[in-house]
Amino acid sequence: MTRKQKKLTVILGLLAVVALAVALILSALRNEIVFFYTPSEMAAQHVAVGQAVRIGGLVGSGSCKKQGEKLDFIVGDGKADIKVSYTGIVPDLFREGQGVVAEGSLLPDGTFKATTILAKHDENYMPKNVVDKLKENGEWERAPTAAAPGEVNPCR
Amino acid sequence: MSIELGHFALILAFAIAAAQALVGLVYWRSGAVSTYVQQAAVLQFLLVAAAFAALIQAFVTSDFSLALAYENSHSLMPMLFKVTSVWGNHEGSVLLWILILTAFGASVAAFGRRLPADLQTLVLAVQGLIGAAFMGYAIFTSSPFTRMFPAPVEGRDLNPVLQDFGLAVHPPLLYTGYVGFSVCFSFAIAALISGRIDAAWARWVRPWALASWLFLTLGIAMGSYWAYYELGWGGWWFWDPVENASFMPWLAGTALLHSALVMEKRNALKIWTVFLSIITFSLSLLGTFLVRSGVLTSVHAFASDPTRGLVILSILAAFIGGAFALFAFRANSLRAGGLFAPISREGALILNNLFLATATVAVLVGTLYPLILEALTGTAISVGAPFFNLTFGALMVPLLVILPFGPFLAWKRGDLIAATQRLAGALVLALVLAVVYFAATGFHVSLAPFGLLLGSWVILGALAELVDRSRLGRIPFSESIRRLKGLPRTAWSTAIAHMGLGITVLGIVSSTAWQGETITTLSPGEGADVAGYSVHYDNVETLAGPNYTADANHFTITAPDGTTRTATAQHRVYEASKMPTTESAITTYGFSQLYISIGELGSDGRLVVRLWYKPFVTLIWMGALFMAAAGGLSLTDRRLRVGAPRRVARLKAEAAE
Repeated sequence: MTRKQKKLTVILGLLAVVALAVALILSALRNEIVFFYTPSEMAAQHVAVGQAVRIGGLVGSGSCKKQGEKLDFIVGDGKADIKVSYTGIVPDLFREGQGVVAEGSLLPDGTFKATTILAKHDENYMPKNVVDKLKENGEWERAPTAAAPGEVNPCR
Repeated sequence: MSIELGHFALILAFAIAAAQALVGLVYWRSGAVSTYVQQAAVLQFLLVAAAFAALIQAFVTSDFSLALAYENSHSLMPMLFKVTSVWGNHEGSVLLWILILTAFGASVAAFGRRLPADLQTLVLAVQGLIGAAFMGYAIFTSSPFTRMFPAPVEGRDLNPVLQDFGLAVHPPLLYTGYVGFSVCFSFAIAALISGRIDAAWARWVRPWALASWLFLTLGIAMGSYWAYYELGWGGWWFWDPVENASFMPWLAGTALLHSALVMEKRNALKIWTVFLSIITFSLSLLGTFLVRSGVLTSVHAFASDPTRGLVILSILAAFIGGAFALFAFRANSLRAGGLFAPISREGALILNNLFLATATVAVLVGTLYPLILEALTGTAISVGAPFFNLTFGALMVPLLVILPFGPFLAWKRGDLIAATQRLAGALVLALVLAVVYFAATGFHVSLAPFGLLLGSWVILGALAELVDRSRLGRIPFSESIRRLKGLPRTAWSTAIAHMGLGITVLGIVSSTAWQGETITTLSPGEGADVAGYSVHYDNVETLAGPNYTADANHFTITAPDGTTRTATAQHRVYEASKMPTTESAITTYGFSQLYISIGELGSDGRLVVRLWYKPFVTLIWMGALFMAAAGGLSLTDRRLRVGAPRRVARLKAEAAE
């Protein structure tokens, strides 16, 4: 091989690695992303059982049922509700009537099995995408964002 | 009064920075302005330091006429948190960013006396430009000096999650890392403007890159440990956008360290090194934008005002756009340097750069894709751990495989067979470890034995280099020790840094693969087991902290060897904000940890507890400490401090004295 051919081989080798990496990233972007839905979108989208999604909305007032480490509650956006079940520890700011994001997947019976529950550090904080969606639905004005702690059921 | 003086000092520093940039950029060819620019850089730093001191004084004395102190401080907070709450908010943290930026500028002025005058002037001019942009941002959109009248009697308290020692160390370390790369950026711009770039340039840039990288490494590791113990999720890395924002400059900065090495030693990869210098700081700016603008949905939420985000975005676009325009325009004028064979030290370092760069792109895509998709189509998605584990993980595997070969290959033309022979011991040992583990777990197919193989291969490969260079076992032992002592510090730091990476890999593999987890509810007097440890829930006790009250849940842990230790997990409610937080109980056994996370006490009087046994989890951060220590060691290497080749003679004379 001449020097020029050698150089060409090296450059082609590097390009091949880059191409592989790009292919990997693109395929992962197709398969490994998690969509975010509100409960009403969830109903409209026909999300498959077992597919990982994030849902966001308000924890329904009086919907919280706790049994040991298991917790059931309802997430709603004013138009539709989803029953959510979760095992483990919910964040400190998890409250009925407050915004919540849950990651998980649907069970065959239509219950959403959450693997992660996110509520924000800030008392008045609502996840931004929840706020946007609630505003779209006209549900925002009704949302009790500034309820004082103690007045809402912390779901114990 | 001191608040107004601080405000005034910041405005003055802004004007000086603007003048420094203007004068430096216009008159860099003439030596006449170099003293002026140096003095401007130092003065600018002193003024910003004064402004920052004014803020600290207001916070420490609980002067709530300062709006920022009112919003983020409380008279009952311990002194440490009164100080740290200065940067536990948007305005204060921007000022900290600026303080560190000007400190770096002043250091270039003070320690850069060996630099050619025109290069130093250009570097300081670019530093001044960055400083002016961010000081303008602070003064016009997020001034920390706003007063309130009448002054409130009491402050609203700092977000309780931030009332932690982590806030004292994590942001300053992280920002020092971020901002330090601005010096590399300025050097790159200076090289592009002056059109002069050679091995000496790389030699000047490398210490700055090394110092920034060291701080960034510590900052990220500290942030990871903080999230690990504070969030109570047992995880140490969530691939959260805020974390990625700090990780991308680290990846690019690591690539920069390695490519600058090639440039310094072999005068090759010049354009690429300049490009990386620009990219690394651009990613730091992007990180600042992502975190400070509030465009992200993050578990480490810092809600913020979107109009400010727009200003940072403009600064970001101007600097990155300007730098790349200059790069496109001038890069051709940089002559390509030394030739080398594909199998060589240079070749290995190019592969290192290839994988680090593509990994950076993978993280960048995963971080920005949700933002871009939502902006374009309105579809909300999140890109989480599965994406990053797949793409980033896959790209790290070849990196770890080839890593030990690098130091064994000669510059210019290496011998892969000879390198493999010298690494044979390490390879065999790593393989034996992995196979023994694989057999011990009943040939259960998982990623664990593979990860174990990679981690131990990297560690043993780094050790093999030291063994080889000291000719251990082939010459008398004392002679080997003498050789080891005589090795250049950079050789040691290479080995230690690579070992650190291997240690982190081992920590990740072991804490993920062998983790034990139990979720249950307990009443006082009951217990639960996890991975051979039994955890007994003793009692709850009410405690009064300085500015909170807590329910302290006491546990007694009995280890498999029968020893017992106590641990306490707390629920706190902070007086001022009435905000609750939870403090997990973490007990360290050797390199492993037992992690007790608690939920709120149920109405039935039972406590939800989540127990993890995390074997060798501390290795993750210990590896990072190794890397940072290696960076520090390399910085002390005499050869790095050599300013320019023509000054070597004088340095040698100094050393002889």
